[in-house]
Amino acid sequence: MIVFPGSNCDRDMYHAAKDALGEEAELVWYQDSHLSGYDAILIPGGFSYGDYLRCGAIASTSKIVDSLKREAERGTPILGVCNGFQILLEAGLLPGALLRNEKLKFICHHETLVVKNNQTQFTSDYQMDEEISIPVAHGEGNYYCDDETLAQLKTNQQIVFTYKDNPNGSVADIAGIINEAGNVLGMMPHPERATETILGSMDGLKMFTSLVKNWRDSYVTNA
Amino acid sequence: MKKVSIHITLKEGVLDPEGKAIEGSLATLGYEGVKEVRVGKLIEMYMDDAVDVKAEVEAMCQKLLANPVIENYTYDVEEGVVS
Repeated sequence: MIVFPGSNCDRDMYHAAKDALGEEAELVWYQDSHLSGYDAILIPGGFSYGDYLRCGAIASTSKIVDSLKREAERGTPILGVCNGFQILLEAGLLPGALLRNEKLKFICHHETLVVKNNQTQFTSDYQMDEEISIPVAHGEGNYYCDDETLAQLKTNQQIVFTYKDNPNGSVADIAGIINEAGNVLGMMPHPERATETILGSMDGLKMFTSLVKNWRDSYVTNA
Repeated sequence: MKKVSIHITLKEGVLDPEGKAIEGSLATLGYEGVKEVRVGKLIEMYMDDAVDVKAEVEAMCQKLLANPVIENYTYDVEEGVVS
């Protein structure tokens, strides 16, 4: 888990991985520029660098992001949530950009998402078109890309989650997308905040269990 | 010294909710002649005379200052500025 100055969901993400999922996890400060040796990298939400310039823009130029790009190239699974998604877009690891919410409001509530691709290593524990309840908390989550990019996303089945009732104006109701290679996923909603019944929903846990299961499968196959 | 003023604006067709809110507010104040408002950014930089401004500023805009997916940029250079 990479922690930038201004990350504020790092503890939630850590708790989800460590306690709800029961796996080993470490918080890595952004100035430690090496990320090798991890089986998966999680980029938490927050307001890195106070959202100065554009959300995620300053963080995307930090040295650790060079290391992140190398890991992405190597096929390491990378999940960016909220500000983490913004950083992945600014770093060019995913296509498109995020704009201010259509109605300018910071939104913070549970949203119903639809699983549009359950053939990814992050979503294989879900059913296709399964509806799940995951919280959103953002002011700039309005996903934008040009028509050409959108057509590519559709053709390659890179749209992983859509909103049932689009809360922010995102193109094609997009809530989360994956890269072509299938190892980098970015999404605005927070699955780590939906991993225990006490949090009001456990629907996010399957993302983490999918990831672990797929890692184990590939590890056993390749061992 | 050279003074570089970089103007960053949203591309045509990209929704600008902030501009829309200002537009509504100006209408409330009675400025009926305002047909559209778009909000952008102005970045001012002072650079050494020796720097190849065109090459460096272009690269800075591409890499960091603007997001080419949603934004356009232009810049003016003022020569012989005393800081």
